[in-house]
Amino acid sequence: MYSSLAAAIRDAESQGKSLGVLALEVESRDQARPVADIRAALGRALVVMRGAVDQGMVGDLHSASGLVGGDAAKLRHGPPGPLAGTPFRDVLARALAVQEVNAAMGVIVAAPTAGGAGVLPAVLTGLAAARGIPDEQIITALATAGLIGAVVAERASLSGAEGGCQAETGAAAGMAAGAATEMLGGSPSQVGHAVALAQQATLGLVCDPLGGLVELPCVFRNATGAAIALAAIEMALAGITFAIPADEVIDVMGEIGREMDVRYRETAGGGLAATPTGRRLARERMVQIKRSGA
Amino acid sequence: MVSLLDIIGPVMVGPSSSHTAGACRLGLLARCLVGGTPDKARLELHGSFARTGEGHGTDKALAAGLMGFRPDDERIRTALEIAEREGLQYRFEKTTLGEELHPNSVRLTVERGQHSHVMVGSSLGAGRVFVTEIDGYPVEVHGNSHTIVLLAEDVKGSIARIAAILAEDDCNIATLRLTRKERGGDAFMVIEVDEEPGENVRDEIRKLKWVRWTHRLDKVSA
Repeated sequence: MYSSLAAAIRDAESQGKSLGVLALEVESRDQARPVADIRAALGRALVVMRGAVDQGMVGDLHSASGLVGGDAAKLRHGPPGPLAGTPFRDVLARALAVQEVNAAMGVIVAAPTAGGAGVLPAVLTGLAAARGIPDEQIITALATAGLIGAVVAERASLSGAEGGCQAETGAAAGMAAGAATEMLGGSPSQVGHAVALAQQATLGLVCDPLGGLVELPCVFRNATGAAIALAAIEMALAGITFAIPADEVIDVMGEIGREMDVRYRETAGGGLAATPTGRRLARERMVQIKRSGA
Repeated sequence: MVSLLDIIGPVMVGPSSSHTAGACRLGLLARCLVGGTPDKARLELHGSFARTGEGHGTDKALAAGLMGFRPDDERIRTALEIAEREGLQYRFEKTTLGEELHPNSVRLTVERGQHSHVMVGSSLGAGRVFVTEIDGYPVEVHGNSHTIVLLAEDVKGSIARIAAILAEDDCNIATLRLTRKERGGDAFMVIEVDEEPGENVRDEIRKLKWVRWTHRLDKVSA
């Protein structure tokens, strides 16, 4: 797969293809596997993504610690806010839903990771539902997202333990922004700007989960990550460009990750995890996990 | 090489691709070293695996992998109970395996019958794994291909002989790495192949007098 988004954009433009179609062809060559086979695997991923959205919307799930759960249902059925009835609110609810399922040890698609698994399905399935986009197009968008994620994996990291939350929900926001921009008709270079716009907004974001559990703030970071992706999509499709190329934004994400103190890399040693309330909740909940054997 | 399906995937039981799915894959690879579910397993957790593994089900996922469950298998949730029922004796320890090692790492010592092996592996994020050591020999196994590992006396022409066995099975070698602890000492070979090698490949290799042992590590990625 590509290690530079600029190179992928150049190839897509010169060959008159979308990044998603290009990614499928490159993957087919890399893995010696027919494109139809890869599309089928992505199609199965889409089924699992939708399943997690539906399961999470019911609102009866509880995580190991009981710290999160039931909030997706509040967005779906609860009192309206200024975004009531918009795809924006629906996308937020979907992101919470998938992440609540994840926290409850349900089945999800790590995209790119489990901790950031809510962003991509929320943005793609939410916007596709709003616009009546067929599954075949969502599957191609998943390939676009995969290409973007592969570039991040090569240039920076997709691990909170290595790069903080910017490498998980941040990378997921970049992937979702780029993929949805293409799904909604954006050009390869607009995809690049969408990725840069989303990823720059999450630079420096630390990974500071209470007790080290993928629960709090992870569930909410997925919703806000999806919100950042939506903002980036809206701007990129409007023709707004971001002067620093996506590859360089990704590089700097990697650099910040390497410089980030270990307390902010999934160790529960800093950030929200180390606040007085964070420490108290983690202590109480870990006792509960041990007791329940969960 | 990063695959698109590593990024959009794996389909997995939550909550953490590194601490749950990656841990499960490391368990699957260690299982291959003893050719089935171990009788006994000692799991030394390093770094973030040691600090936050419990709440992520790292222990359950490692045990699940050792029993042959894949990352999307919902039995992961109850893997420790199943292990107890199935007679897999496990012991988890928290340790430090060195500064250089990736923060999500584990050393697995697995025993089955008379066989015992030690594997050190890391979970790199997004469910991707990397095995860095088998029985004290440095290796680089990603589990993206079927991999043959073998320990042999350092005899001349050994590589040619093994390559011939693979060729006869129509198995194409993707990468081959040979390491020794000392000159004239045993040679440790790690061979990644494009196609799944047949049982006969292992049997043929085992017939070679100078091969001490060999195992096939399954492809554990999507």
